[in-house]
Amino acid sequence: MADEVKEILTERMVINFGPSHPATHGVFRNILELDGERILDAEVEIGFLHSGFEKLGEHRTYNQFITIADRMNYLSPLSNDIGYALAVEKLLGIEVPPRCQYIRAIMCELNRIADHLVSVGMHAVDIGAMTVFLYAYKQREIIYDILEFVTGSRMNNSYPRVGGLVSDVPEGFEEKVKDFADHFLHTVDDIERLLTRNRIWVDRNKGIGAITPEEAISWGLTGPILRAAGVERDIRKAEPYSSYDHFDFEIPVGVRGDSYDRYLVRMEEMRQSNRIIQQAIANLPGGEVNVDDPKIILPPKERVYHSIEGLIHHFKLIMEEHGFQTPKGEIYSATEVPNGELGFFIISDGTNKPYRIHVRAPSFINYSVFPQLVKGHMISDVVAIISSLNIIAGELDR
Amino acid sequence: MSPFWIDLIIILIKVIVVIGALLGGVVVMVVVERRGAGFIQERLGPNRVGPWGWLQPIADGIKLFFKEEFVPAQAHKLLYLAAPAFFMFIAFVTFAVIPFGDKIELFGRTIQLQIADVNIGILYIFAFASLGIYGIVIGGWASNNKFSLMGGVRSAAQMISYEVALGLSIIGVLMIGQSLRLNDIIGVQTQYWSYLPRWNIFIQPLGFLIFLIAAIAEVNRIPFDLCEAEQELVVGYQVEYGSMKFAMYYLGEYANLITFSALIVVLFFGGWHIPWIEGLTIHPLLLALLQVGAFVVKVFAFLWFFVWVRWTFPRFRYDQLMRFGWLVLLPLAIFNILATGVVMVLIP
Repeated sequence: MADEVKEILTERMVINFGPSHPATHGVFRNILELDGERILDAEVEIGFLHSGFEKLGEHRTYNQFITIADRMNYLSPLSNDIGYALAVEKLLGIEVPPRCQYIRAIMCELNRIADHLVSVGMHAVDIGAMTVFLYAYKQREIIYDILEFVTGSRMNNSYPRVGGLVSDVPEGFEEKVKDFADHFLHTVDDIERLLTRNRIWVDRNKGIGAITPEEAISWGLTGPILRAAGVERDIRKAEPYSSYDHFDFEIPVGVRGDSYDRYLVRMEEMRQSNRIIQQAIANLPGGEVNVDDPKIILPPKERVYHSIEGLIHHFKLIMEEHGFQTPKGEIYSATEVPNGELGFFIISDGTNKPYRIHVRAPSFINYSVFPQLVKGHMISDVVAIISSLNIIAGELDR
Repeated sequence: MSPFWIDLIIILIKVIVVIGALLGGVVVMVVVERRGAGFIQERLGPNRVGPWGWLQPIADGIKLFFKEEFVPAQAHKLLYLAAPAFFMFIAFVTFAVIPFGDKIELFGRTIQLQIADVNIGILYIFAFASLGIYGIVIGGWASNNKFSLMGGVRSAAQMISYEVALGLSIIGVLMIGQSLRLNDIIGVQTQYWSYLPRWNIFIQPLGFLIFLIAAIAEVNRIPFDLCEAEQELVVGYQVEYGSMKFAMYYLGEYANLITFSALIVVLFFGGWHIPWIEGLTIHPLLLALLQVGAFVVKVFAFLWFFVWVRWTFPRFRYDQLMRFGWLVLLPLAIFNILATGVVMVLIP
């Protein structure tokens, strides 16, 4: 009888996971080679959203690039802006006043919470738990209201400027942020109750897309993915900027480096960000928000209208081919944005425009490990891995 | 008129009423599902069309009806068109043996509130519920799309695994009822132990739990909606379907949901039985009406339960689903049969 059973011929199937697929959350293409449901090989293709952001920077003055910087990672535009402003400030050798540093830290942390909420929510929705996503979005909406209140826009805020901010925070900012920070943790608890010990959620994520600390470092991974693998590195602690050394917070680390640990790390980071916001709001210093240097920062309108120096400074900064000039040289400056280390490498030739800007985009480097992570897993795990890596296509392709 | 014709007319009326009620139930379910999702997720849900969005399903229906009839170039045209129709047909036919009320006396005739009182009602339901899978598998294959094919294959494997547990979980109920006829099963449940009604849920809690879980798998809803899996397989077997063909799958799914809710009510919650009502003196027709009402309320309680589950849980993975079905539900179902048998022998 056994001899009569012919061997069933099977073929490998190649499927396109993206560029238009509900789980890719953006346009990038994964070509998966499947044996049944198991993934034998994966190949990635990027560049669908390439917009030439770095090249655009070569034709704009330093401040004009801010509007482009916040279009890269559209989930955390303020972190990008502030990272870029800090890089140019490092090039100029200036430091912004403490009030500005605190406001920037608050804005960065609000953005981090918003980004992690979307990331965790998307992770949940990809596994099938849609309610978590909407709980997260409700809180994100409050953050976006605050951002709109402060910067005038919900996305692409373009709030910081080299040497300070567009304007000081409006009246009532502290109460709004405090109110948010006091109530926000309820949602984190709700999400934890729905997912953290949910057997289906644990089974779907534990051991999926695991990476060892050594591998994570050699791939150059950063952010929650690196920390989930057990490496305690956070630029906010390692090389503090924007007064992060004033705040008391912890760096959560994982053990296994899998999707589940990435989720846990993001959840804990939201709690820590909330702590930073509470501390920063409680100790928000007074004073100016901009550096006292009319060669870099636009003078206030009264001085423009009533004094000749003010008018000249305004003219010099605004008119074509003017703007502030930076010293010749190269600079690399990195900040901890929600999905990793965002670095700006700027080469200056001494004019008012950068000679070259290169962005070390965390999504790009984090995504490079994807084919290795999915190999041997099943097609359902691909979505868990993609969404726990939190790839933002705008930043990936720049 | 000869009795034959009168019987035929009565049956026709019952068929029309039941199909109308099922379609109405589907329409209500569409609203309940979407507004319920809104309620659970702290948002509004559809509230633009009609009062509280109650006309939303009609708007959806009109939209789907006027959409272009599109057949993918490489699809097997005949099967592609036949699959959704088959799926919907099976979903509606399954309801035929569900009793939704007691016998009533009308114009000197005894009318059974049930389309067909088959003496193997349970077998009928299982036979037809299993056939429904062909609609999904054929649709998935005929679309000639890799995602839909995977959806179809997943669905076939899932159905076979969970049908076994589903079937075994109710053996205990059948042993107690001593019959495969659904009316007999309800008949047993209308009795009392002193004050407690003898609903099967109190005797067969484990069987009920297994049946409930397997039923969610049978109707392809979260956490078992692997054949759709929007985020993995886009929407699985439905990916190439649009317009009324999609609407047929949609109707069929909700009809299945209603059928299984009704089945849970019949098997474990006394069907149309209202506890403690026998002591009251009520006009028989009013009593029948109340019983039909009680049945509908019970069914909707379970429909709401399904909505609640759907918007709470994440989705299983294919292999985890299989493991759960074969290694957890099946042994438990067999244990349940054994335990029921032992108890029945010890306590006659």
